[in-house]
Amino acid sequence: MERVPILKIGDILLVSIQVDMSDQTAVALQEDLAERIVATGCHGVIIDITALDIVDSFVGRMLSTIASISRVLDAETVVVGMRPAVAITLVELGLSLNGIRTALNVERGMELIAAGRGHDEDDWFDDGPDTEPTASP
Amino acid sequence: MALSTDESGRLADLLTSRTEAITQRWTEVVAGQLRGRLSQAELVRQVQELHRALVDALGKGAVDLAAEEAAELRAVLAELSRRQARQGFSATETATGVFALKDALLGVMEADQTAGTLRDYVAFSALVDQMSLFTFESYVRTRESLIADQAEQLLELSTPVVKLWEGVVAVPLVGTLDSARAQVVMERLLQTLVDTSSPYAIIDITGVPAVDTQVAQHILKTVVAARLMGADCIISGIRPQIAQTIVALGIEFGDIATKASLADALRHVLRHGGVETSRRQPRREL
Repeated sequence: MERVPILKIGDILLVSIQVDMSDQTAVALQEDLAERIVATGCHGVIIDITALDIVDSFVGRMLSTIASISRVLDAETVVVGMRPAVAITLVELGLSLNGIRTALNVERGMELIAAGRGHDEDDWFDDGPDTEPTASP
Repeated sequence: MALSTDESGRLADLLTSRTEAITQRWTEVVAGQLRGRLSQAELVRQVQELHRALVDALGKGAVDLAAEEAAELRAVLAELSRRQARQGFSATETATGVFALKDALLGVMEADQTAGTLRDYVAFSALVDQMSLFTFESYVRTRESLIADQAEQLLELSTPVVKLWEGVVAVPLVGTLDSARAQVVMERLLQTLVDTSSPYAIIDITGVPAVDTQVAQHILKTVVAARLMGADCIISGIRPQIAQTIVALGIEFGDIATKASLADALRHVLRHGGVETSRRQPRREL
């Protein structure tokens, strides 16, 4: 069975989906990701779907599930790299990826997560650095 | 249906020996049809050109319009119909230019019984039919390519995506927004967002004469698609009457930002993206 690799970059886990998702692959990805979030203590998950030509309700639900799982484990999920054709199809189908944040590319996704965490930690730690405490140097 | 070698030979003989009578009758019939839309000289030249090409083809031994020897004849026919299609002649008028040859042949053969038999005439008209059909097809092909070119040009003209600022692109919509155009606008805008990785897009509808539920639907779809991809859309250029129509129709833009002018929209975007610019500026100064 194919497995989707999960890469750790700083405080973020990067999942790049390059294969057609089947039920098994999706379940395996959810399990792997949950384990990695707990093991690494990362606070952000970026799912890159640049390579996906087709995003149907199945993939949409999988993304929602992953986002929910991550949220429970205190990690924010950003879906990045959705193609224009995919976005148009989703709109035509009336599917909206509820509760999922999106960004144009991985870079923007990392900025988004960094910004989100930045505000969060500013609230909690007054002695933290002024901006972007979680961003890489 | 092909002519036999004998028949094509006889037709060539007939065409050459009675050139005068045939071209004259031919020109008369075509002139009657066109009613002075083509000058007499032009018409005569055209008929003579066709006549010469036909005689040439038959002389080389062509028995069919599809034959290799008839390549030149086909080129002449194609050129003729292309010209007429561009000049705005109707399909009937174009085809008549070839069909008239039948009349001319019939006239000649009736006047002189030795010129050929009925069987010959039927075979000749089959060739003329082929030529006419070929003309007709070239005509339609020319017209279709004209229409396709124009439609494409119209779409190209009407949907530019301009970059307003670093990370901000705008689509100034001009003219009525139908489904086809909306689709093109949507695709082009989304593709530009990806290409330039701009997180903000402004859709300016100053030039849209009327906004009904369908147009609103198209705009909303574009905004939602852009959001799915991770970009934010702002709608600007809403004129007072349009605002009234939108409310009267009960169209809900939800949490999509709408601004009266493009300037307002740009200011809104810059303020929102301000985190980024203000973060970069001190770094540059250091």
